[in-house]
Amino acid sequence: MSLSLATGTVLAAEGGAGCDHGTPHLFGDNGGFSCVSPSSADFDFSNRPAFHILGYGVTKPTLIVVLIIVLMVGFFWAAFNKPKMVPRGVQNVGEVAYLFVRDRIARDSIGKEGDRYVPFLFSLFFFVWLMNIMSFVPGVQFPVSSVYAFPLALALMVWLTYMYAGFKRHGLGYFRVLGVPSGVPLGILVILTPIELLSNIFIRPFTLGIRLFANMFAGHLLLATFSAGAWYMFSVKGIVFSGASFTMAIVMTGFELFIQALQAYIFVMLTASYLQGALEEAH
Amino acid sequence: MAANTAVVLAGEFNPVVPKGDELVIGTIAFLIIFVIFWKKLLPSIKKTLDERTYAIEGGMKRAEEAQAAAAALQEEYQRNLTEARHEAAKITQHAREQGAEIVAQMRGEGQEQRDNLVAGGRAQLDADAAATRAALKGDLGTLAIQLASKIVGESLEDEARQRGTVDRFLAELEAKADAEAGTASGATAKAGA
Repeated sequence: MSLSLATGTVLAAEGGAGCDHGTPHLFGDNGGFSCVSPSSADFDFSNRPAFHILGYGVTKPTLIVVLIIVLMVGFFWAAFNKPKMVPRGVQNVGEVAYLFVRDRIARDSIGKEGDRYVPFLFSLFFFVWLMNIMSFVPGVQFPVSSVYAFPLALALMVWLTYMYAGFKRHGLGYFRVLGVPSGVPLGILVILTPIELLSNIFIRPFTLGIRLFANMFAGHLLLATFSAGAWYMFSVKGIVFSGASFTMAIVMTGFELFIQALQAYIFVMLTASYLQGALEEAH
Repeated sequence: MAANTAVVLAGEFNPVVPKGDELVIGTIAFLIIFVIFWKKLLPSIKKTLDERTYAIEGGMKRAEEAQAAAAALQEEYQRNLTEARHEAAKITQHAREQGAEIVAQMRGEGQEQRDNLVAGGRAQLDADAAATRAALKGDLGTLAIQLASKIVGESLEDEARQRGTVDRFLAELEAKADAEAGTASGATAKAGA
């Protein structure tokens, strides 16, 4: 396709030309699978079904989640299914991952009791990280965690887990753990307790989900904007602007790589700390 | 198409409103992963890691245990040795005491035996002296008469006179002896001589 055509159709998205003539646009209507621009298609949050199975519209995030399951289970199956006393190859990597979650997250936050929650934290960490990292996988280039439903689903599961653990440990006394911080004078408790209860019971799952979602959404937006900018400005403004935008896209890619791992870590660290709060002895 | 896109931009697409079906898909996807890791993969690697830890730490622990056992053994040996030394010292001491006692006892016995022997010897000597004195008493008379006869001749041959003289002489002798007897043994010895 010619660059002049692209120039003429930058605003065509609003005109509704779609992808019909290879028109680059920011919000495609084809599920984000076949648009011409290297970035605009990946910037598609419209969530149209890509195709239908038995009448259900399969969207791109759904497909990516299935891919994540396959990748994650496949990798760790290779690493952990037949473990050797003396580790070889991929088992080494898997063990580092396992020990990281067990020692640095579960045991550091929860203590010895945290061992019971290692499978939960491990699944959570790598699921979130893979969702984030999908932002960079060629041909996928879409972080599933930037679709709020997925972080929210995980956050709700975290909420169920720590609520269950807390009520199992303390019975109804868990309300006290949630609502009455230790060492606070009674007068202040009158104000503080309702806030604490509201915060710990109702707001927590949403902040946990939104933190991840917003980071990934913003990061992806940023990348897509710089990429799209590089693409458009190559024809409109020339190589300098386009190059600057492209450089920023590369720099932000590196930054995002860091943020993706960090957000996955934060998500799991917070989960562990909520669990620790649920399991601690009443004071 | 145009209307479609416009709708997407205007209202249908809202990033902070989660879609129900995606919530379900996310939950199911996570649960699939969680169950596989929880039931299958993590127990497997945990077992291997525990085994490895046991193999390494177990070796060290076993060595430590062996060392502790050796130390305990040595201590017991040392204790036994000390005890044995004590025992030996005690026995030596006891033996020494017993030896001293035995020596003292023996000395006592020896003393007694010597006293007995001395006493026996003395009694024997006394008896011998008395017997000798008696024997000599008889012989002395005869010898004196013979000597006197030789000197004086045959005049004293008369039995009666002879007897009278001898008896008188002997009585004199005895009287003299009795008078002299400060120490019986001295007198006896003199009488013997």
